[in-house]
Amino acid sequence: MGITFRKETFRDDYTFRNSPEHIRRFPFPFNEDSYMYAVNIEPHVVGPKGSVLENLIDVDEHYVAEMQDRALVLAEDPLRCQSLPHMTLAGWDLLELLMEQQALGYPEHFTLTRDGDRWRWINRPLGIDDTFTFGDTSTLPYGPMEYITRQSQGDFCILDQRDGNLWMDAGMVTTQADWSLDFDIGMNFFEWHAPVPLAHEKGIFIRALKFLTNIQQGKPARRLNWTMTINPRLDTSPENYHKWGPDRATVTPENVGDKVHLRVELQSFWRLPRSNGIVFPIRCYLIKMDELVTQPKWARRLHRVIRDLPEELATYKGLTRYRPTLVEWLSKLDDGSPTSPGFGPD
Amino acid sequence: MSTGTTKLDVVVSDVVPVNDLVTRFHFRRRDGELLPTFSGGAHVVVEMRDGDRTRLNPYSLMGSPLNTSEYTISVRRDDVGRGGSLFMHRSVKPGLEMVISYPVNLFSLDLRARKHLMLAGGIGITPFMAQTAQLAGSGGNFELHYTCRTASLGTYADILQQRYDRRVKLYHDDRDERIDLDRLLSTQPLGTHLYVCGPAGMINWVRDRAAALGWPSETVHFEHFAAPQPGAPFDVALAVSGKTIRVGSQQSLLEAIEAAGVDPPYLCRGGVCGQCETNVISSDGKFIHNDHWLSEEDHRSGCKIMPCVSRFEGKSLVLER
Repeated sequence: MGITFRKETFRDDYTFRNSPEHIRRFPFPFNEDSYMYAVNIEPHVVGPKGSVLENLIDVDEHYVAEMQDRALVLAEDPLRCQSLPHMTLAGWDLLELLMEQQALGYPEHFTLTRDGDRWRWINRPLGIDDTFTFGDTSTLPYGPMEYITRQSQGDFCILDQRDGNLWMDAGMVTTQADWSLDFDIGMNFFEWHAPVPLAHEKGIFIRALKFLTNIQQGKPARRLNWTMTINPRLDTSPENYHKWGPDRATVTPENVGDKVHLRVELQSFWRLPRSNGIVFPIRCYLIKMDELVTQPKWARRLHRVIRDLPEELATYKGLTRYRPTLVEWLSKLDDGSPTSPGFGPD
Repeated sequence: MSTGTTKLDVVVSDVVPVNDLVTRFHFRRRDGELLPTFSGGAHVVVEMRDGDRTRLNPYSLMGSPLNTSEYTISVRRDDVGRGGSLFMHRSVKPGLEMVISYPVNLFSLDLRARKHLMLAGGIGITPFMAQTAQLAGSGGNFELHYTCRTASLGTYADILQQRYDRRVKLYHDDRDERIDLDRLLSTQPLGTHLYVCGPAGMINWVRDRAAALGWPSETVHFEHFAAPQPGAPFDVALAVSGKTIRVGSQQSLLEAIEAAGVDPPYLCRGGVCGQCETNVISSDGKFIHNDHWLSEEDHRSGCKIMPCVSRFEGKSLVLER
């Protein structure tokens, strides 16, 4: 049993696909026919079986391919993974969290054995079997954060908490929606959110920071965010903008279904016990329009959301260039009938 | 009862008198599992079921964060307080089952510091017990200056000196030993962070001198849980829940609200974390603000109150709860 891991790519020939089961479990981010910012944070508790929330750290059929893509990104640009000197303890906290959660959720794929500070970690999908001393960096091939995040889907930001603020002082960021860890490293919560339109005026960041600095151990929280990406490219970084930015001009009525992807981030927030920091996993899910519209409710709703999106948000999310083409394509799948409440497909 | 944290079911595994005023309590999990890992400076909120009253008091964890088989706290007996410490001293015996919160850290080490300079007064030593253990385990650079009334009331002074030798300096009030604070603060290497925990007067003195000597405020850390003070009983109307309650003289406003079945969020119960901040809808009387959370402007406005530590005297008070 266990997950059948797909062999696929997120670059060049773009062979990434979702299986029918993975289409149905896709974390569709709209629970109504329009979208505006809200502080949409809720407790990160286990959700229904067969959903991406079945485990608090989700491992899916794209795991092996995503880890291979991350290794390629890091080989070209090691600065995608950075940890300021005071963040090593938080890295150990994260290593413990991810090993525990992956072993708990997927015992057929991951095993963690602890004997005091002597730990053995078996990762069968990636063929890893390492024994090391918890807390002793010299016993691992990388620092603790880099070691475990080369084996965990999603980006990870580790935030130091001090002076009533959060500071982006460590992270592994290779599957990002056009932001750069190398640019943001060392910034505080308000500094790294400065480019986001509209939300500052609504006081959203002040409330969000207040909430995040009060996240407690054992009580993680989560929210969904979304954007769109042309081609199933995980690494849409500013550093590589020249590789993916021009793709936005390639969308035609004929290729919308294949090229345009909804990109959803499941963001969660966890208090780290030893360092008192916060880890912020940003897990990226991609789905192409052809796959998404196999669920008629999602097709109708997405049409209405994209059509009515405020101009500032469309610009910020980089949709401006191909929005008319996409809306026209989706409109043919929207007969105007009502959509049922909630996120899930009918 | 609501809380910002998850609860832990524990049993008191040991009760150890430390000196005339201080007793140490050890907790283990009832299910025999390990307790959650914590960081030096963290506290837990202990629920005390005393007849039909429930008090919830915060206490710093003082064990090593490397040992999660048990948690330890030290409680100083306060004969004129609201009775929480007396309950702990008189009624809590080994074998008693209690409920405590998950650890919360509002007095965290700044791990960027090149050196950690710690100033403790009296029972304010407890968070430093855990912080020094954490730093010693990872080769951290620290120095602890500890003021106590007499040698016999120097809680854990002997243990600290055994463990850390010259990194610990003691000052006894009865021998007229005083920290030469200006000299101490003027002779620290760049990158030093200052931590202070003790009586309010000591915290204010240290913060004032540090500011006067040019220490950046983000390098000065302090923990001051204001214990709720007793006072005259008063009546409060809770507009949202439609209840009217009486706050007893030995009860905090937050405890009275909870006793009425209304559950505001909380973390520290000491006027510092801001969780239980409550809007005042109307009032006719005088607020007795004891918190460290609201601004002076908020205090003057009469529009907000921290029910964990603050009280009211007057004709009427209506809160948005």
